Amino acid sequence: MTGLLGPSGAGKTTLMRAIVGVQEQVTGELTVLGEPAGSPGLRHRVGYATQAASVYGDLTVAQNLHHFATLAGLGRPAARLAVGEVIEAVGLGDNTRQVVSTLSGGERSRVSLAAALVGRPSLLVLDEPTVGLDPVLRRDLWSLFHRLVADGHTLLVSSHVMDEATRCDRLLLMRAGGLVADTTPDDLLAQTGAPDAERAFLTLIDRARSAEGGAR
Amino acid sequence: MSLTLATARRVLAQLRHDHRTVALILILPCALLGLVAWMFHGTPVLDQFGPVLVGFFPLFVMFLVTSVATQRERSSGTLERLMTTPLRKGDLVAGYALAFGGLAVVQAFVVVGFALAVGMDVKGSLGLVVAVALLDAVLGCTLGLAASAVARTEFQAVQMMPLVIIPQLITCGVLMPRDQMPQVLEWISRVMPLTYAVESLQQLAGGAGWADVRGAIGVIVLWIVGAAVLGVATLRRRTE
Repeated sequence: MTGLLGPSGAGKTTLMRAIVGVQEQVTGELTVLGEPAGSPGLRHRVGYATQAASVYGDLTVAQNLHHFATLAGLGRPAARLAVGEVIEAVGLGDNTRQVVSTLSGGERSRVSLAAALVGRPSLLVLDEPTVGLDPVLRRDLWSLFHRLVADGHTLLVSSHVMDEATRCDRLLLMRAGGLVADTTPDDLLAQTGAPDAERAFLTLIDRARSAEGGAR
Repeated sequence: MSLTLATARRVLAQLRHDHRTVALILILPCALLGLVAWMFHGTPVLDQFGPVLVGFFPLFVMFLVTSVATQRERSSGTLERLMTTPLRKGDLVAGYALAFGGLAVVQAFVVVGFALAVGMDVKGSLGLVVAVALLDAVLGCTLGLAASAVARTEFQAVQMMPLVIIPQLITCGVLMPRDQMPQVLEWISRVMPLTYAVESLQQLAGGAGWADVRGAIGVIVLWIVGAAVLGVATLRRRTE
C-alpha cells in the first residue's frame, strides 16, 4: 500500500491519471505492472476511482457494479458474485437496489470505490477515496484497504490528510508537480524528528521550498 | 461485441429510470404532429407537411437526447473511468447507437402509425416510410455522439442543436423548393441529410417506390457511417 500525499495542486491526480492511462501528454517512461502505462493489456488489471464519484446516477448500486464487472470481463455468474462481495465490503448491503442519485455523498463515493474493486484488479488506483467521509467510515475503509493488500492487491491511495499516511507501507510526497520524498512512515518521522506525520510533511515541504529558494 | 451489448443494456437501463426522455422520444413527436393535423384539419396540408415532420422529429429528438446523454457521460467522470477499462471506443459508440437505435425503431413505428391515424396519406410503401424514419433517428444519434465531442458542458451540447439541426430544416426544401434557392444554398441543401429524408418521404407519400428513393436512402446511410466514424475518432482515451 503506497500513499500519495501532497497539497492540492501538487500533481497527485495527474500522476494517477498517467498511471491508469487517461492523461494526455505524458512524456518519459512509466511502467505499470511491467507494461507501459495505458497499454490495452493493463486495462483488465488496473482499477481506478476518480476523486468525484464517477458512477451512473440514474442506475441502482447493483446495476452500476454489474456493468463495471461485465466491462472488466467477468461472466454473469462471476459478476453477480463479485457485485455481492464488493457491496458487502464497502458496507452498502442495505442500498443494493437504490438509485445512486438518491444516495448521500459518502455512499456515492463508496459505490465509486466498489466499481473500481469489482473487476478484482491487481492494482487499485484510488484518488482521495476517504475525502469528506466521517471518521468511522474512514477507519472502515482503511481496514478494507488493508484486507485488500493482504489478499494480494497493490494499492495506490492519494490523500491530503496527513494522518492517513501512517496507515501506508510506503509514502510518496509530492509538491508542485515533483516528488519531494519516497519514504516509509517510520523513516519520515525519524528523518524529520517531527512528532506526527502532518508536521513531518510540513517540515519536508519547507525544506524543499528553501532548497528551491537557495538555488535561485 | 459483448461489451457493445453491455453498453447498450446499460444505456437502456438508464432510460428505464428516465421517463421524461422516453416521453420526449415517443410522445412529443406525436403530440406535435397532432397539433399540425388539428390546425390544418380538413385541408390537404398534412399530406404535404406530414412527411416533413416524420423525417424531422426523429432526427431532432434523437440528436438532443444522445448529445446530452454522452456529454453527461463526459462531465460525470464515467467516461474517464470507462476509458481505463477494456471497453473499446467503438464498443461505446456502437452500444449507444444500438440502444438508441432500438428506441428509434419503436419511435419510427409510433410516429408513422400516429401520422397515419391523424390522416396522413401514404400511397407508396409504408415499410420504406418506417425505414426512412428509423434511419433519420439513427442519424440523429450518431450526429449527437459526434457533436458531444465538441461540447464541454451539457449546456453547450444543447447549443449544438440549433447549429446542426436548424440549418438543415431551413435548407431541406420545405420553406422553398430547392430549384428556386440561390445557388449556394441549393448546394448546401444537396449536402445535408435531412433534405434527402424529407424528399424521399414526400415521394413515398406520393406513391414512389424503392427505385425512386434508394439514392436518397444511400445518402442518409453514408451520413450515418460518417458521423459514427467521427464520433469514434473524436473520443479520446487520454485527456488533459
